[in-house]
Amino acid sequence: MNEHPQGDDRLGMVVAGSLTEGLKVRLDREVSIENIKVGRYVTVQGKLMRFFGVVSDVSLEASDPSLGASPPDVSDPFIAEVISGTAAYGAMSVEPMLALSSDPLAMIDGPQPAKTVPPHFSPVSLATESDVQLVFGEEDDRHFWIGNPLDMETRLCLDIPELVMRSNGVFGKSGTGKTFLTRLLLAGILQSGAASNLVFDMESEYGWKGYSEDSREVKGLKQLYSSKVAVFSLDEASSKRRGLTPDYVVRIGFDEIEPEDIQLLRESLNLSEVAADAAYSLHRHLGKGWLGQFLAYPTGETFGELATALGVNERALSALKNRLSRFHRFGFMDAKSGHDSVGQILQYLDRGMHVVLEFGRYGSDLAAYILVANLLTRRIYEKYAQMTEAAMGDQSQQPRPLVITIEEAHKFLNSRVASQTIFGTIAREMRKYNVTLLVVDQRPSGIDDEVMSQLGTKITCLLDNEKDLDAVLTGVSGSRKLRSVLARLESKRQALVFGHALPMPVVIETREYGSPESYRELGFKEAAELKAQVERETEELFGPREG
Amino acid sequence: MNNHGSKRDSRLGEIVEASTGEFSVQCYELYKAPPLGALVRCNEDGPVYGVVSDVITSSLDPARHPIARGRDEDSEEAVYLSNPQLSRLLHTEFRALVVGHESDGRVLRYLAPRPPRIHSFVYSCSGDEVRTFSSSLDFVPILLSAPVRSPDDVATSFIRQASVHHPEPERFLVDAGRVLAGLLGRDMQRLNGLLKRLSP
Repeated sequence: MNEHPQGDDRLGMVVAGSLTEGLKVRLDREVSIENIKVGRYVTVQGKLMRFFGVVSDVSLEASDPSLGASPPDVSDPFIAEVISGTAAYGAMSVEPMLALSSDPLAMIDGPQPAKTVPPHFSPVSLATESDVQLVFGEEDDRHFWIGNPLDMETRLCLDIPELVMRSNGVFGKSGTGKTFLTRLLLAGILQSGAASNLVFDMESEYGWKGYSEDSREVKGLKQLYSSKVAVFSLDEASSKRRGLTPDYVVRIGFDEIEPEDIQLLRESLNLSEVAADAAYSLHRHLGKGWLGQFLAYPTGETFGELATALGVNERALSALKNRLSRFHRFGFMDAKSGHDSVGQILQYLDRGMHVVLEFGRYGSDLAAYILVANLLTRRIYEKYAQMTEAAMGDQSQQPRPLVITIEEAHKFLNSRVASQTIFGTIAREMRKYNVTLLVVDQRPSGIDDEVMSQLGTKITCLLDNEKDLDAVLTGVSGSRKLRSVLARLESKRQALVFGHALPMPVVIETREYGSPESYRELGFKEAAELKAQVERETEELFGPREG
Repeated sequence: MNNHGSKRDSRLGEIVEASTGEFSVQCYELYKAPPLGALVRCNEDGPVYGVVSDVITSSLDPARHPIARGRDEDSEEAVYLSNPQLSRLLHTEFRALVVGHESDGRVLRYLAPRPPRIHSFVYSCSGDEVRTFSSSLDFVPILLSAPVRSPDDVATSFIRQASVHHPEPERFLVDAGRVLAGLLGRDMQRLNGLLKRLSP
């Protein structure tokens, strides 16, 4: 591996360290300590192996501990020049992550997790473009460019088929770029064709137009990939106002709601435990159309009789009815049965399309979001389970993997409800039935520990709440070091990515999304460009046009 | 460095006392000792290099102490002119710390296995010789730890004198300063003093 000489990118050499504590690297005199940033990606050339690591700390060191007490006379430029880099020098800690053996046989396997450290005085350099490509893969059909490593021009790519094998999470405080990152991931999944997307689009910002923090308009998936994306809407009026005719307007019948859905709504509807549990009794008592019947139930004596028959406190039951009558205000719900929203979604997914479900004005009502997302997902998941089981033994019949994107995920996956909701099941079962989650959330501490630990890849923008930091980093090796990196991310367009789809954690500057070039990079063609292409292809096919 | 032939001009004197670590030289002429920190060479077969660490002018006969003679003279020079015997009764000696030697044509910057012989001629080194010898400062620890009155002055005098024979004197001083910083990193006060002496 001598093709990486100690060129201009050399930073220093290893002087101490351990695998658990990281390597201590003394910086070369010429290296300005202010150019070394936590999270930068470096390589260490050992004798037998090359190590890849991340800068986890930067420090100022002195050979004489009394330097602070009796500093040299640095007003003399000569003395300042001599002292800096010798008696007083910069150092950094490097967390060794991966090692690549120079043995040609071992090189075939690519970089492996580092199980040892490089010897003393091994040179440390900034990672080059080829290093990054070696570790993360080059941009191709499988690998989607998601951003650049910190302070580098190199494109850092995610292995999308590997990514969608497990449930993943995008975290960060609000306004740190979660939505942009999620848009990019969705575009990546869409481009690779590794899976279908189903997005529960709370704020209506993925499908059609969205807005950046500075109120710039950004394109949604449908605008970029119109032939591959279908936008479903719960609120047709809102969609039309924004200039979009939805592919399908989702309607949900009362009879589609199950007691489990009510459980999930306990918090947002402010229901007592008794009241929520009464839904199960109602379901048993009244059968499939329980909700419609219950909401239409006359008050007065008969209501008391129903309470007695169910063995439920009448006041609790009446509270349940009051709260559930809110469903009448949901324009997408009605008493009619026979809506086939799930069937429609499945049909589109089956055709290899990606579905974005816009909530329009209902997006601001958490109860509506939770209800619809849970209800649809449960039934889609059931279908997927059936299809997967039917295809056992015949790989070719397997349904295409599905990635379901949910926002405000802690509402579905907090420790109280995670065991009951379909999302908890999906997160825990991983890809058994080819369905995985893309969880978008700003309070990861609210998500059940077990679910968090099952998330394959985590993409984390700035978090500063201690609990959230803990939650995201639980069960990650070297989490103490990552923590310092994570807490120092810039508040915009920077993210720490780690987990299953990546061989090692890395801090990225998120790829740009929103400029005409960025759309072009994502394969979007303006109308004129598209026309020219059609003409070109027609010509290729049929020869030059006559006349 | 083999041009140390019979250049009488550069001949300073003869060794009158020698050990492996240092040697004393009696100068041929009164007051004609090289300056503190100068590089000198002796021992024609198998040259040994030394750095001047002390210069002494005293009476040849230790029992006869010089007395003041200039009360009626107008200048110091006149004292000597009126007393021509003085140049015979006084002598100048200098001591040099051995810092290196030559073996098989190679310059080695550490002590020679044997001390130079008594009466061995001592020469001052030319600019070329100084540059070649100071191209590496491996011998500086010898100077810094020498049992002399002010080793730091000896070392810095040498470095300053050597610097003018290098193409980039200031660069040489900075590099030398860094060698000192490496050696004395744990003694910031001493290092500070040394660097102040070196500062151009």
